[in-house]
Amino acid sequence: MNHTRRFGAFLLLVVLLGLLAACGETATPTASPAPATAAPAATASSGASQPFAGKTLVLVSHDSFAISDSVLQAFTAQTGAQVQVVSAGDAGAALNKSILAKGAPLGDVQFGIDNTFLSRALEADIFTPYAPKNLDQVPAELKLDAQNRLVPIDFGYVNINYDKAALAQAGLTPPQDLRDLTKPEWQGKLVVENPATSSPGLAFLLATIDHFGEDGDYTWRDFWRDLRANGVKVTAGWEDAYYNEFAGGGAGGAAPLVVSYATSPAAAVIFSETPLDDAPTGNLLLSGGVFRQIEFAGILQGTQQPELAQAWMDFMLSDTFQSDIGGQMFVYPVLPSASVPAEFTKYASVPSTTNNLDPQRIAAQRDAWIDAWTDIVVR
Amino acid sequence: MKRWRTSWYALPLLFGSLFFVVPLAAIIQRALWPDGQLMLDQALAVLRTRATWSVVWFSAWQAALSTLLTVLAALPAAYIFARYRVPGKTWLRALAAVPFVLPTVVVALAFGALFNQRGLLNRWLMDWLSLSSPPLRLENSLTLILLAHVFYNYTVVLRIVGGYWSSADLRLEEAARVLGASRWRVWREITLPLAAPALLAAALLVFTFTFAAFGTVLILGGPGYRTVEVEIYEQAVNLFNLPTAAVLSLLQMATTLTLTVVYTRLQRRAAVPQTTRPQPERRVHSWPLRLAVLGVCASLVLLIVVPLAALVIGALGGPDGWTLRYFELLRVNQRGVFAFVPPERAMLNSLRFAGLTTLLALLCGVPAAYLLARPRSWLTRLLDPLFMLPLGTSAVTLGFGYIIAFHAYELPLGLRVPDLRRSAWLLPVAHTLLALPFVIRTMLPALRRLDPQLRAAAAVLGAPPLRVWREIDLPLLLPALIVSAMFAFTVSLGDFGAALILAVTGPDNATMPVVIYQFLGRPGAVNYGQALAMSTLLMLVTLVSFAVIERLRGPGAEF
Repeated sequence: MNHTRRFGAFLLLVVLLGLLAACGETATPTASPAPATAAPAATASSGASQPFAGKTLVLVSHDSFAISDSVLQAFTAQTGAQVQVVSAGDAGAALNKSILAKGAPLGDVQFGIDNTFLSRALEADIFTPYAPKNLDQVPAELKLDAQNRLVPIDFGYVNINYDKAALAQAGLTPPQDLRDLTKPEWQGKLVVENPATSSPGLAFLLATIDHFGEDGDYTWRDFWRDLRANGVKVTAGWEDAYYNEFAGGGAGGAAPLVVSYATSPAAAVIFSETPLDDAPTGNLLLSGGVFRQIEFAGILQGTQQPELAQAWMDFMLSDTFQSDIGGQMFVYPVLPSASVPAEFTKYASVPSTTNNLDPQRIAAQRDAWIDAWTDIVVR
Repeated sequence: MKRWRTSWYALPLLFGSLFFVVPLAAIIQRALWPDGQLMLDQALAVLRTRATWSVVWFSAWQAALSTLLTVLAALPAAYIFARYRVPGKTWLRALAAVPFVLPTVVVALAFGALFNQRGLLNRWLMDWLSLSSPPLRLENSLTLILLAHVFYNYTVVLRIVGGYWSSADLRLEEAARVLGASRWRVWREITLPLAAPALLAAALLVFTFTFAAFGTVLILGGPGYRTVEVEIYEQAVNLFNLPTAAVLSLLQMATTLTLTVVYTRLQRRAAVPQTTRPQPERRVHSWPLRLAVLGVCASLVLLIVVPLAALVIGALGGPDGWTLRYFELLRVNQRGVFAFVPPERAMLNSLRFAGLTTLLALLCGVPAAYLLARPRSWLTRLLDPLFMLPLGTSAVTLGFGYIIAFHAYELPLGLRVPDLRRSAWLLPVAHTLLALPFVIRTMLPALRRLDPQLRAAAAVLGAPPLRVWREIDLPLLLPALIVSAMFAFTVSLGDFGAALILAVTGPDNATMPVVIYQFLGRPGAVNYGQALAMSTLLMLVTLVSFAVIERLRGPGAEF
């Protein structure tokens, strides 16, 4: 019967696709990102014994983790262990999952907890203290946990980017003071992310809270009330802000100012369509408008291979890993001796002062601050 | 025969219990009964807050409005495509399904490129009317949310109702016409009422889907609009307030359940056994009809094809005119990153997960639909709404449940359940959960319409059960089966949420939407271009898959 035949053909197709899936599964039983092809080079180069040959280190991370393939292979060459990266959602979701998985961790090491989530992570008691080899070289101001349950790996700055062409077209020069943004000439020119749903959005809010303070004659609330009156535009996430609203991003945006990262102008050069002599965007490093985000990593309690986890922690603070961070994740390495891409020094200006809040204060007030911000800016 | 059927019924029940009930119970237990103590106070506090109810109210009315608009927009096309020969309608129908697979951020980019201040529409209007400032201010508005919901769900109404109409028996309508009824009266009194079960099913799906809307409201609506799902995400992820998140999730599920119960009532009343026969397409013969066809096609192009085209234009447009550069760049691992996913790998991953999902969803969904189509009993009354639940369940909540429930277990006798949490198999499993409601809602109206006398006659004439199924059920259900398969396939192809909430992925399992997000996570024109190029490939994969599936259905059996 015709129908039966066609349905049969259809089911066959589906089953074939299913089998394909099954094959894909068995071909790569653990989704190991560093393929075994590196093995000859590995044994040749290290010479020393590989204490963890045949093992796999599982790194739990947020989905923005990126590192060069060659760097992962260097770890395999040193230790013999493969690395499997598990993306567990955005920074908040990844941490919450590890808290829920307490006792039966999703992996050996977790990377990507920033200073806004640090307190939650430490309170949940899911990390084991360990001081990696190069930790003593890391500046003290970046180490926020005295017990080293979480150690700093990288940091970056959240600040306002401006689009040079759009400013020139509007006949404006970059503002000199954060409060200038509440003046009429900057009406409707700034895009910020919602701190309730976006980590740069929260970082920027925290910087303004630190700068303007909670009491006095002009508090952070006053500043945001004035920003709202001046038509500040709020988006859910960075992608939407940068690519949809910012004039220097994608297609339809018109706003010359956006809350982004200090390395974004360098990235705009690196990822430009045609080689550029100058960055199309620049950093506004205004006092009170820069927040330093530090990202931490730690060994998850309950790992079955603590020595391997320690070896990975050492590796994350090694020169090899640290010098790769800049070009892959567009953040700065915490190790002073590590290098960053040339574009960073050329186009990514670095603030001399930043606004930093104590993680415990962030944890205690986060909810209330976001609520207050929502009342002021959105409702 | 009885036993043969019953063992099939076990499949959806087992699947649903294991992958839905267990993880959900686990997370709710953790949230509301920590340390064996019920946190009733906190739960009641959430329910007593006015903000909670205003969020529920907004979710409900925007969903109702979205459903109404989607039905109004898609019903004419469903009717005309089902009954008339329209050149290119296979492609139009396939195009209408493409939005369903696009990640929300990409849709936001498409809408942005069209409607934003410097968007195509505003620039065009400014040129045309010689205005000095952009006339349209659509960003962050309810209009955009509703537009996006119609854009996404158009295909649901088009497929389900259209499929039902295309195999309806025309003789009733013809008889009415012969007896002197006007065409409008026939449509109002015969065509539309007979399609009520399919229409209700489609409306229920659209409502449930939009009630639990997350990305569209968050990104397109802006911070001023909040649905229950947005609130749950904030509570669960940003504030890690699990009790509140759990109560809100339960509230969301309760709404879905209530609605499904109401629907089930209406549905039972509306279902009439009818003879079905694939209809030959009629020719568009009169001017009013021609105008109607033109109108339908034009609205489809405006609502769906234009935003899609904005993406393709973005993917092909470089600084110096048209270019394929972004497509070429997709194949180059520019920065030597370990997680690099070549486009063909992403496509293959997407396709195999979608294929697996389709298989699983049909294996579970078809027996479930048979079970629910049985004569009314306490069991079907209980199960019918339950099978709708996955669509109205918070993805974050369920994802957290997976983390708690699926770690390794030591069983007696040295048996061991392995840690499933990082298994790539969870991806098609989660997709199947989302696809099941679509499969069941598509199959049920078709199953209920089957005249039981046909089967009885075949059985009396001595056909064994399998043969009855093959020669009576299968041919008559084929259109619905294929629509179901298409839904399962698309749900999986476009899903990003499950990929995000589970702990799998890694480059070996990265699907196309995951790769799109990777590009959009970074600044730079090249990343933007590559994201649009990958989105274009995703659209192409969808279109080609649909063309293949439609071909299998063959000519003559249009739906």
